[in-house]
Formats: sequence, C-alpha cells, structure tokens
Amino acid sequence: MLVPISWLKDYVDIPDSLPVEELAERLTLAGLEVGKIKYIGVPQQQIPGLTQPPSDHLVWDREKLVLGKIVEVKSHPDADRLVLAMVDYGEDALEQCVTGAPNLFDYKDAGPLDPPLWAAFAKEGAEVWDGHSDEPKRMILKGRKIRGIYNKSMVCSEKELGLGDDHTGIILLEPDIVQGFAPGTPLQDVLGDVILDIELTPNLARCWSIVGVAREVAALLGTEMRYPPTDVLMEGQPIAGRVDIEIREPELNPRFMLSLIENVTIKPSPQWMQMRLQKAGMRPINNMVDITNYVMLETGQPLHAFDWDILQRRAKESKAAHPTIITRLPEPGEKLTLLDESVHELDPFNILVTDTAGALSLGGIMGGLESEVQPDSRSILLEAANWNFINIRRTMQARKINSEAGIRFSRGVHPSQAELGLLRATELMRVLGSGVVAEGVVDNYPLPPEPVTVDITAADVVRLTGMDFQPDQIADILRRLQFDVRQEGDTLHVTVPDHRMDIGTGVIGQADLIEEITRIYGYDRIPNTVIHDMLPPQRSNDALTYEEWTRDLLLNAGLREIITYRLTTPEREAQLTPPGAESSLPDAGYVTLANPISQDKTVMRHTLMGGLLATAADNLRHTDRLRLFEVGKVYLLDEGQQLPQEPRRLGMLMTGPRDVGSWDMPPREGMLDFFDLKGVVEALLRGLHISGAAFSPSDHTTFFPGRAASLAVGNEVIGVLGEVHPKVREAFGLSAEQPVMLAEFDLDALLAHANPAHRVRPVPTQPAIYQDIALVVPAQTPAAEVEAVIRRAGGELLEDVRLFDVYTGDPIPPGSKSLAYALTFRAPDRTLKEKQINKLRDRIVKAARHQLGAELRA
Amino acid sequence: MLEKLEALYQQASQELDGVNTSEALKEWERAYIGRKGAVTLMLRQTGQLPPEQRADFGRRANEIKRLLTEAFAAREALIREQELARSMEEGQIDVTLPGRPVLTGGLHPATQTLREIYAIWAEMGFQVYRSRDVETDEVNFELLNIPPHHPARDMWDTFHTTMPGVILRTHTSPGQIHAMRDYGENGTLPIRVILPGMCYRYEQITARSEIQFNQVEGLAIGRNIRMTDLKGTIAEFARRMFGANRAVRFRASHFPFTEPSMEVDVQCILCGGEGCGVCKYTGWLEIMGCGMVHPVVLRNGGYDPTEWSGFAFGMGPERITMLKHGIEDIRYFWSNDLRFLEQF
Repeated sequence: MLVPISWLKDYVDIPDSLPVEELAERLTLAGLEVGKIKYIGVPQQQIPGLTQPPSDHLVWDREKLVLGKIVEVKSHPDADRLVLAMVDYGEDALEQCVTGAPNLFDYKDAGPLDPPLWAAFAKEGAEVWDGHSDEPKRMILKGRKIRGIYNKSMVCSEKELGLGDDHTGIILLEPDIVQGFAPGTPLQDVLGDVILDIELTPNLARCWSIVGVAREVAALLGTEMRYPPTDVLMEGQPIAGRVDIEIREPELNPRFMLSLIENVTIKPSPQWMQMRLQKAGMRPINNMVDITNYVMLETGQPLHAFDWDILQRRAKESKAAHPTIITRLPEPGEKLTLLDESVHELDPFNILVTDTAGALSLGGIMGGLESEVQPDSRSILLEAANWNFINIRRTMQARKINSEAGIRFSRGVHPSQAELGLLRATELMRVLGSGVVAEGVVDNYPLPPEPVTVDITAADVVRLTGMDFQPDQIADILRRLQFDVRQEGDTLHVTVPDHRMDIGTGVIGQADLIEEITRIYGYDRIPNTVIHDMLPPQRSNDALTYEEWTRDLLLNAGLREIITYRLTTPEREAQLTPPGAESSLPDAGYVTLANPISQDKTVMRHTLMGGLLATAADNLRHTDRLRLFEVGKVYLLDEGQQLPQEPRRLGMLMTGPRDVGSWDMPPREGMLDFFDLKGVVEALLRGLHISGAAFSPSDHTTFFPGRAASLAVGNEVIGVLGEVHPKVREAFGLSAEQPVMLAEFDLDALLAHANPAHRVRPVPTQPAIYQDIALVVPAQTPAAEVEAVIRRAGGELLEDVRLFDVYTGDPIPPGSKSLAYALTFRAPDRTLKEKQINKLRDRIVKAARHQLGAELRA
Repeated sequence: MLEKLEALYQQASQELDGVNTSEALKEWERAYIGRKGAVTLMLRQTGQLPPEQRADFGRRANEIKRLLTEAFAAREALIREQELARSMEEGQIDVTLPGRPVLTGGLHPATQTLREIYAIWAEMGFQVYRSRDVETDEVNFELLNIPPHHPARDMWDTFHTTMPGVILRTHTSPGQIHAMRDYGENGTLPIRVILPGMCYRYEQITARSEIQFNQVEGLAIGRNIRMTDLKGTIAEFARRMFGANRAVRFRASHFPFTEPSMEVDVQCILCGGEGCGVCKYTGWLEIMGCGMVHPVVLRNGGYDPTEWSGFAFGMGPERITMLKHGIEDIRYFWSNDLRFLEQF
C-alpha cells in the first residue's frame, strides 16, 4: 500500500515537528511495516538513533528549483524547433529560457499569456536528472549559448525532476496545484512529497486506504482524523424506479448500492488527481475510471462504473422495462469476458453482477468488457457493493485474477463503507465530469452485520499482559481507535467500530482488544520478566538424544553430515535398482505433491540413498574422497491411513582413496571398500552398545551382488550396507573407476537396541596369554562362522578373538583359505597355566575340524 | 707387578681422555674395567702374589679400579651431554611445514545451530517435541485459527498432496496442537516445549528462499503466562544466541495463531546497528515471530482460554546461521557442497 504523505495529511493532522521518518518508525512498530520510504524532491532527514537506508533520489534545491510562471512564449530568432519562454520566478526581471518543449509551441508569439503557464523552473547550478540519458544520470545546469542565444536556466520535464519518465515536453502545472503559491516558491513546497510503502498483514484489512492509515496515525499520535466529505448535490431525475437491484445470495453479497450520474464529460482527470494516483501506483485513464480508483484508494471501498446507456440498451433487448442489477451465482457453463479481455468459464461459487441480459462483471473483482465505461459514455451508473471476503479470495485464486478491488474485498470491507465510497465518488463525478446526479441512491442491504460488542475488565488485561493497566487508560486507548467504550463498575462495554471486522466476541474479542491496547501503548514499553508460573513436568526426548548420539559417533568415525531435499521423484528412486531387477526398496506408495514447483521434486522420498548418491556425484566433480552420512525421515504411505509413516533413516556413503598421505609420506594404496564401511558400522554399534548384531550376505538389488550385507540385531533386520551396483552408480552419473559404498538403516529400529546403561567389566588384574592359530577352511566358509565356532569352543576363558590375516594361494590348496586369529585367554581370578591353554587350543582346533572341516595350518 | 699395574692405570687414564664417542667409551670399558678388562683381570691375579705383597697390591688395584670407574662415569656423562647437543643441532625441523592431515567428520551447519538452540532453551526448561512433516490441513491451518480460504492463508504458499486435506506442513506450528493434546492432559498441565522440524513452502528456490527449511517453534502454556514473560524469555534467548549487548526490539505483527503477535528484531550482528547490506540499512535483523497463544488455539489444544494462557515463538535456524556467518545464499544448505560444509 503506497501512502503519499500529502494525501494522508488531508485526513489526519501530523505535527510539523514529527519527521516522516519517525512517523514511519512508529507505524512499523505498531504493525504497519513501512518497507520503503520514497522521496519526491524533499531531503531524507537523519533522525538520531534511527538507522535508515540511504536514498539516492534527487533533492530539489530550495533556491535553484522553484515555481516559475511563463508569461510569454517567443519564437527563437534562429531556430524553428526552439522557443523562448519568458519566466517570472519571483525576481524583479523575467528570465528568458531557451527550450524545445513542443507543448509550448501552441503559445508561440501569442503575446502575454492570460492565464499564464506554470512550470518548474531550474536556475543555473541546479541539479536535475539528465533528460536525454537512458540511464539515470544527474547533471548540473550550466549557462551556454543555444543557437546564438545565451541560456542559463530551464523549464523542466517530468523526467528531469524525477517525477516520471516523460521527456516529450515540460511539465505544466494546473491552477489547482499552484493555487496559493507565488512564483519563486521552492518547488519542494509545491510538488515535494514523501510516499510510505506499507506492507500490510492480512489482519490489517482496515488499512488498505488513506483513511484507514490516517485512523492508525491519529490513534498513535493522539491527534484528530477526518473523513472525506459525503455531501452530494443531487438535482437530476430521481433514480428510484429507473433501476432495481436483486440480490439472490445475501451471504455472498450483503449489500449493493447504486447512484446515477448523467451527462458527464469523459476527459482526463485533473492533474492533482492524476499525480495522486500515480504516487499510489495506479495509472490514470479518464476522469470517471480515475474517480473510482481514487475513492477506492482513499476510502478502501472499491467501486465500479457502468455505462448507463449500455445497461438501458441491454434491458430493452431483454424486454425489460428498465435495467435490473441481479447478483447471483453462475448458471452451468456460463462464461464472462472481463475488461482485461480474459475469458472465464465460471466456477459454481463465483458471484456475478448481472442484468436481465446476462453477466456484467465478476462481483467485487473485475468488471466485464461489454459494460465498461467508454470514452464516449454519457452517463454513469455507479456501483458500491459489499462481498463475502472468503468467497472473493476463493474466486480470485480459482480464476487466477488479481485486482486492487479484489485485494481489498478479499481481506474484508464492512458493508457500511459502501455508502461512504458511493457518495464521495458520486460528488466527484458530478464536479469533475460536469454531470447531473439523479436524486437518491438505490440501496439493497439484505444482511447488515450485527454490531459487535465485547466486555472486558482491567483484570482481563492484567492477566494476559502482566502489566497494571487501569480502566481509564484502557478506555482511552480504545477510544483513540474509535471504539465506543462505556464504563460500568469494573467492566468496560466496548462497541466495535464498523471498520474493525477483525475483532471477535467473548474471550477472542478480549484477546483482540488486548492486542490493540498493547500495540498502541507500545510493545517496547512493556517490561521483561522471567516466567514465574509453575514449571511443567520435564520430559526427556530419548529419540532425539539417541539421534544426536548417533551423529556424534559418526562424526568421531570421520563422517560428515549432509542434509538433502526430502522431495524427489519416483524416477530418480527407480534408478537405485538396475534395469530389469526387482527393487529391494520399500514398496509403499508415495506422498505425491498435487502442485509440485519443479519437475525434480514431486514426491516425498522413500530412501536416503538417492540423495546420498546425488550428493556424491556433485562433490566428486571437485574432490575424490567422501565419507558422508545423513539422518532424516522417509515417507511411506500407510494403507488405510490418511497420513503416511515417517520413519527415521540413517544413510552413509563412502568412496575414494582410503588414505590421503602427507608431504613426506605418499598415501597408502587402496580405495575405501566394503570393510571400511563395515568398520564404521561396527564402530557405531560399539558406540551405541548394541549387542547381538550380525551381518549376513544380502541380495539387495541396489548393490553389487555378493558385496552387500544386511545388518540384523536379534531377529530384526535393521538395514543394508555394501558396494553400489555398477549400473546404479552409472545411473547417478558416478565414475565407473571408483567403487562407492552405501548403507541405509532403519534408525528407529537400530536405536531401539541402543544401550546407554551398558555394564562395565572390571579392569583385569590377571595377565593374559596370547596365542595365534591359523585355520585352513573351504573358501566359501564365512569368517563369522569360523569365529563363532572358535568362541564357542574357547568358552569363558577365551577373552578375545581377532582375525589378523586371510590368505589364499600356495601352499594353501585351491578352494581353501587360511584364516589366522590372535586369541587372548584370561581368567578373571587366577593366572592361567600353559597346560590349560594348550587344552583349550586343542579343543578349538578339534571343534573347527568337526564343524567346519578346518585344518590347522602347519 | 705393581709397576705393571701403575703403567696400566696410566695407559687407561690417558686413553680415556681421548675417548669421544659412546662406542669408543664402551670399547674402553670392555678393555679395562669390564668383566674381562685388563684392570679386572689384574685384580683377579692378586691371589697369585706372594702373601706379603697381596695386601698392598689388592688395595692399590681396587683403588685404581674405583678411580677408573669414576673417571668412566664422568666421561660417559660428558659424552652423553656432547652427543645430545650434537643431535639437537642436527635434528632441527622446519616447523612451518604443514601438519599431517587428520580425517575428521563434521556436522551440518543446520544441525549445529539446532543444537545451539536446543541447549539454550533446555536451560530455560523448554524440551524438544517433534511431530510429523506430512500434516492434515486441519492441524496445519484450521486448528491454528486459519479457516479454509481465509486471507491469512496468503501468508503460506502451501504444497498440497494428491490426498485431500493432506499437505506438507508450512510451519512447525501444528506441533503446538500436537504438544498440547499430547502433554496437556486435557488442558490441566502446563507445557514448555520447543518444536523443531523441517517445513515446506511452495516457492521458487532462490538465494533468499527455499522450498524446504527448518523451523523451531516454542510454546509455553500455564495458568499465569503473561506478555512480560514472553518478552523477558525471548530477550534472554536473543542475548544468549546473538550476544549479551545486542539490543532487542518487539514490533507489532500478525500471525493467526497468536494475539498479540510480534516480530522480534535484534540489533544487526554485523554492523551493530550502524546500517549495512545484511540489515538492509535498518540496523535491525528480523529473527523470529512470537505472540500470546490465540484463545482459539488454546481451546483447540484442550485448554480453557479464560483460565490458561501461553506464548509461542518461531525462528529459522538456517536464517540464524546465515546471519551469524555472513552466508548470502540459502541454497548452500541443501546442496551439500563439501567446500561449504567443510567450513563448519
């Protein structure tokens, strides 16, 4: 919402001692956030303690840019395309300006001008924008000869002043604008202005107008505000009986008013109105359309002007005695062409303004093309109506239309505003269009809202604010905002003004009022306290604690956390399975977006693996070694449930050279492989004190066959780890040279086995005895099985079993492998004897022979 | 015999003076005072001497052995000293050479900021409560006082799903409803929680806006929670998060689920309020929204709004991280370029 201060001052007194910048700050703190301040000609003021973005606008020098009166235009003796403007600028002598402005040519050699022309006059040394430059460029006016005549001053164009882009002629000021100003008056005082760009939150529907902002300013400053005049001179044939209004959906259209202005002259609006519209961001069109916009900006009530003759013709064509405005929902298949020439097949809830011949406009949002005011229209039927804001917003969204009227109606306008807007605009049309107003208005008001009242006590205010507000103080603030307050004992009976449609009733209304009281009082004046209310039951969040614990363990293992988009596509996740293979990923349905914003983010993910691989592909363009993890949710549709399951997953990815070396040590050979990843997983399991975890071969199709394991704890499968299938690697754009290790675990399942209260063994007091054995077993025997046999046979005295070598080749027979283990034996309470150990060792070898067909390697 | 002994002593002493390395010293030791050294052997011959010579010879031989042993120890200390000095001279290194790389892991910056936020609030008695990402329209909007088609909905660009009434949560505020219903025991118990989580908005991804972002909401419900408490608590948080001397201001704003509603600004952490590009020359950074819980929301959470009150607040960890570290592009967060992540 753009608010020119000059316009605002029509409706509220702002003390001269209050700089605009400070007013803007007050408004911002009160919830009307001034996003930007735009200056026209006047300087930005520096306020102590207030930081402001510097403005690069042109400041009009008070001495050198002044109001000039062109009293005569003479021809240039040597140039047809130049004239000499004789300017009275408040000094004794006239100044002769050489100018090529075509809009002065009409006055050339016409003798002394009566009335004179008023212009913006720049003296030598004045700073203006360069009118001939395409880029914004400043210039200082210097005296020079132009076709033989010395010239040191200028009459300015819009562009040179920074008022607009027009440089086709000089700006000529209409009498309304210069009234009361003498030649030589600083231009700042005549045309200077400041425009506040206010960002309005949805609750501030009442501030979508100059009057609405004036009301807030008055409340904040404790000054008076005024409303626009509503007196109308009505001298024409009464409107009654010439047009009717029929409202079929009062819920959607609680009020509809009409006035009739006949025999108007359609022409450009006066300059003052055009300037105000432009400052407020609207384009002037003609006086009738401009008035509807002007009054909407001023009062917040959108209006619509119909061509009365067209309505009469349509009535005649549909064999009606006179026009009847009917507001209704569309008939099936009904269409409407709006004045922006868009054609709409209407939704069943789109409320229409129609007549007996059909649809005229989309109620409250935009007029139709056919009944629009034309340059040759003679009479105006003016509409001021009211619409249900929810339905307007819904219609705007469904029809994808935005309009100034729609913005206001969709946030809420009170039906009482219709009258203010209608009368203000009708009178302006009479005056500026030289028309005659039909006597009276037609007002169909089937559903006036009930007045809203709220009872509130000072105790209610104190309870929520923690501040000792007194009843008088509360009443005073509310009255400043135009609430009607009646005090009765401890209770304030508050009647809500019409424009405050945001105030509810009962306990909600009380909260609404408390917001107003504290907002106007000033949040910064409310003290800070420490909560002294009862401390609620304190609750740990184990799921989060264990999750953070997991992160720390992976961090210690040298992995780096990533967080990826949780949105993906089914196609991308399908790339995790090689073509032709059956997917091992969850077969649940996807949470699918109805309105995706980009083609690569259409569903919520089922797995972290896609994000990890894509992140790896991105990073491998500039690095060769990655150790990554992600903790996050996946989303699985749950059969028969409205909402999906959102289990947590842990994903890991490792790839690249295992070692990085340093300046005096070359890196050790070798790429990170399955066992590096498994080592991290084992470290994680150890860190979480999860016992009973087991790895077994997995046939998960995302992985290289035979190089993947599933992790189980007890009987529960927790997830999978392994080397990514070469085809999957390729699908994600990863190099064929470099194997990629990937894992994904069900974090909820994993953490269910975590044991923060694990038992601690005493530090041993007895020495250990170490023995190595090498067993030759069939090549396909899993190492885990061999270890299990050793452990079982070793019993309690076998403290630790560590595999330190796996060997195949001579002299081990083909089809076999040798596994070498370091065994640690220890008894907690005595020193073991060589003899006991040899017995145990024999038992282990025997068990291995029997159960695995193993031979002790000589 | 005694002459021989004295001559050997002379010879050993002289030789020892010429010994300069620990190897030569060991050699000397072996030659003279070791188990098979000349002096040791001579001492052992004492018994073969005539009885009248034995006492004198034995005394003198023992004395010489002691003297040589002492001289050896002194020489040994001297040589060790010299050798240490020499090795120190030769063994200097270029301490400006780089250290050997340590392969460390790291946490994502969003996680780091979340942890910081958790820790501060935990000390103020606010614990973490998490709820789902895929929500119903009812919990995300309607129960938070945002009816269907209400203009307040313009504040959130929403991702809808193909399931009617199911959306991706646009903020963590639905967690307020879950927490109240879960912890409130039908509106009979006070609550203090923070509600972190991923949120989603239908927006173009640009340097300034993301479709996915973390939010941390906070909620305090009690029989006596007041606006002054809201201000005091938030100001404490801001001081802990952004520095003890930062000014904090509260600005009127609007959220449908709080009333009164405020934006909280903290004095720019980059320019200290003087004005810079980060604070867009206002001197202030907007860091969170807050307000007193709306009566409708209290009621929907099971509380009687005439007896109970509360405050709520919400902040964006990524935005806080950006402000703190001068990050100008929010897209860095989920693009996971290690050249970004490794700076944390």
